[in-house]
Amino acid sequence: MKKEVFSLCFMCSVRCPIQVIVENGQVKWIEGNPHVPGMEGSLCPRGAAGIALLNDTQRVQSPLIRTGPRGSGKWKKASWDEALSYVAEKLKEIVAKHGPQSVVLGERTQLATHVSKTFLRALGSPNHFTHDAICKGSVNTACRSLFGYTDAQMGADYKNTKHIVFYGRNFFEAVEVRAVNNLMEAVENGAKITYIDPRVTVTATKAHDYFMIRPGTDLALNYALMHVIINEKLYDTRYVQRWVDGFAVLQDFVQPYTPEWAEQETGIEAHRIVTLAREMAKKKPSVIFHYGYRGASHPNEIYLRRSILILNVLMGSVEAKGGLFFKKGPGEVGGKPARKLTEQEGLPKVDVVRFDKVGTPDFPLPDKDHGVGQRLPLAILNEDPYPLKALIAYRFDPLMSIPDLNQNKRALEKLDLVVSIDINYSDIAWYSDVILPESIYLERLDCIQQANGLKPQMFLRQQAVSPRYDTRPGAIILKQLAERLGFGQYFPYETMEDLVRWQLEGTGFYLEDFNKKGFVAYTDKQILWNREDGIKFKTPSGKIELVSSLLENAGFPSFPAYEPVQVPPEGHYRLMVGRCAQHTHVSTQNNPYLHELVPENRLWINTKEAQRLGINNGEWVEVSSKVGSGQIRAYVTDMIHPESVFMLHGFGHEARLAARSFNRGLADTMLQENVTDMIGGSPALDHTIVTVKRVQ
Amino acid sequence: MSQYYLFQDIKKCIGCHTCEVQCKANKGLPAGPKVCQVVEVGPKFVGALPRASYIFMPCFHCENPWCVAACPTGAMQKRAKDGIVFVDEELCVGCKTCMSACPWGAPQWHAETGKVVKCDYCKDRVDQGLKPACVTVCTTHCLHFGKPEEIREIRRERHAKALSPLD
Repeated sequence: MKKEVFSLCFMCSVRCPIQVIVENGQVKWIEGNPHVPGMEGSLCPRGAAGIALLNDTQRVQSPLIRTGPRGSGKWKKASWDEALSYVAEKLKEIVAKHGPQSVVLGERTQLATHVSKTFLRALGSPNHFTHDAICKGSVNTACRSLFGYTDAQMGADYKNTKHIVFYGRNFFEAVEVRAVNNLMEAVENGAKITYIDPRVTVTATKAHDYFMIRPGTDLALNYALMHVIINEKLYDTRYVQRWVDGFAVLQDFVQPYTPEWAEQETGIEAHRIVTLAREMAKKKPSVIFHYGYRGASHPNEIYLRRSILILNVLMGSVEAKGGLFFKKGPGEVGGKPARKLTEQEGLPKVDVVRFDKVGTPDFPLPDKDHGVGQRLPLAILNEDPYPLKALIAYRFDPLMSIPDLNQNKRALEKLDLVVSIDINYSDIAWYSDVILPESIYLERLDCIQQANGLKPQMFLRQQAVSPRYDTRPGAIILKQLAERLGFGQYFPYETMEDLVRWQLEGTGFYLEDFNKKGFVAYTDKQILWNREDGIKFKTPSGKIELVSSLLENAGFPSFPAYEPVQVPPEGHYRLMVGRCAQHTHVSTQNNPYLHELVPENRLWINTKEAQRLGINNGEWVEVSSKVGSGQIRAYVTDMIHPESVFMLHGFGHEARLAARSFNRGLADTMLQENVTDMIGGSPALDHTIVTVKRVQ
Repeated sequence: MSQYYLFQDIKKCIGCHTCEVQCKANKGLPAGPKVCQVVEVGPKFVGALPRASYIFMPCFHCENPWCVAACPTGAMQKRAKDGIVFVDEELCVGCKTCMSACPWGAPQWHAETGKVVKCDYCKDRVDQGLKPACVTVCTTHCLHFGKPEEIREIRRERHAKALSPLD
């Protein structure tokens, strides 16, 4: 029997719409949803490797309870009832002894995040966090400081842009299929790409202009761009007058930051900076300075993100065709969004300080909806603000995602209970006391995706096949755990279908509506607000706040003076990390097909520096930082700035049962120091200095 | 004899290897044999700009294929109706003669079956009026497949557009 199922990919976090062909209970074919513009059949390599994940025998096949020491790989196969009861009993003991706030749940943001949040609130703990801050915490805060919206409420109109500037945003290797195709279309219509990165990526090879910037100096470049734009009056005068608060302050602030000054700092010739500013101004407002992800991530990252966004503001590109836009929800057209479990009446509000202290004077600004995950090991080790005793890691791997692997391990050792809800033997699963295996995206119906944008829509991840192994959807696992803990009433469903129907109540849409194309739309027209009087900024002033009330009220300046990054001493390098098209962070390295394409990471090092150190291409080198060291093969190339070395994120796995990826390459978290932008919330992933030497 | 063409619009290729992965998934192949592959040339600096090419290399389905001529069992065949070169698995004895004969490395060794596999333009799909797996899912739709006149039309359209950093 053959059937076609519309669904959503989950090989990475983008959730591309897909069509799956199933024959006799087997997935035979996956392609991009042909009904969705920009997809039309296309996939990325990770999406194409979905079948390999489904049939991989090296994923977790049943609930497991640890029998040997942590990380020994000694497990007892358990029934679901046994494993869930085990976890529930342990949690009860911990809550009784240390209070509910000693339980933390960290996850990769996903469609069932409202279920996890409900679980923790019902338990009475404030300690839910997502991976978001690690990815883009400062982008979020910067957006709120200027516009009153989070970054997730903003988008970029790639299709109509005329010039886009990327800061280490490796657009063509971090493939979001629709976005890539939209930008390709723009390029075919004459749009330009400028790419700024100390390292040459695929995106650099596709760009019209490339700046090999000195690592850590993106902010200097931006201040110089502003200097030119303001002094040559290249900005959108009308837009700035109508919508911008604090322009005069910015005007004074940027005066010292001339292109000639920036040339010294960034290594980019002054005339190229001037030219870029003028070119962007010619195409305004259909231009984009791309605000995330990557770019120079340092403890002052918030100011880098703000500077990128301010450049857009000066160009008048915010809420312009071909620029940035605010995502419109169903409310714009009189519709209702899908319900979330967190909206239930009677669900307890938890008013306790969070483990990461977000929302307190110590750490006032990051988004409480996501928390700041990289503070977790510090909170555990210092028992600050209180002891943490249990961690539920839901498809999030703190070991490999949070800087300073050794410290992360020391923190884990202090916990009484570590539970993983995962599909793979991730490294955190490997160090867990209990693994509760989740069904993969092809094996489960998932919660509604409320896709806001220029056209608000809803998408659905529909189940294609029954689970290959003894696995369950995460929303069912958490419900069954909740029942054992005595608060099952907040999970009013037995099956995922019940839950989705509950979510859709009152929206006017039904589960069956998704069968035809995989999505439903609230409107067929794109909504852009009127630039004269209709842009609804959510700041206190209703304007774009260059001088930000959010920042200033918390005691932070809007425009602190530029502080140069440290030049690495001779023989030292700034460690940069990034990704490739074939892997998703730490989660796909063991996929048979993706592993074959990119089996390990290498240390990129500039040819001249390598010569100085006597390192030949392909040789083993030892890389060391203040917090750790490890061995990796060198990739000697002219394609990287001499002050920096680079490695792909996500390698060096220690979970032996994920046999393909085990011990291949080196984990960047082994070397990175755990430093945070204490205003914006991002980890300073490019702030670590390392030494490199040849392994004798 | 009519032939299909597979044309890669190299300016749009981002070297992501989706084609390779989908080819394997469609044919149910393990890690190892690469029935098609993307070869990266570069990057190197051309002036101040780093440039690279990502070249798609499937089987070229030659007019007079050396692999077909070399095959001792008749397993390697060129389909009369459209010129697609394919391996008849029943007849393949795994002698690898075709692999030595092909200058492009198109026939690949499948260690688990002990036979040769190669690109057959997904003839099962083509017979149903579909495009080969690699073409259907190509991220940027840079691969095009069709009869010579169709490809000529696509190329004409593409040249008509004023494009690309590489011009």
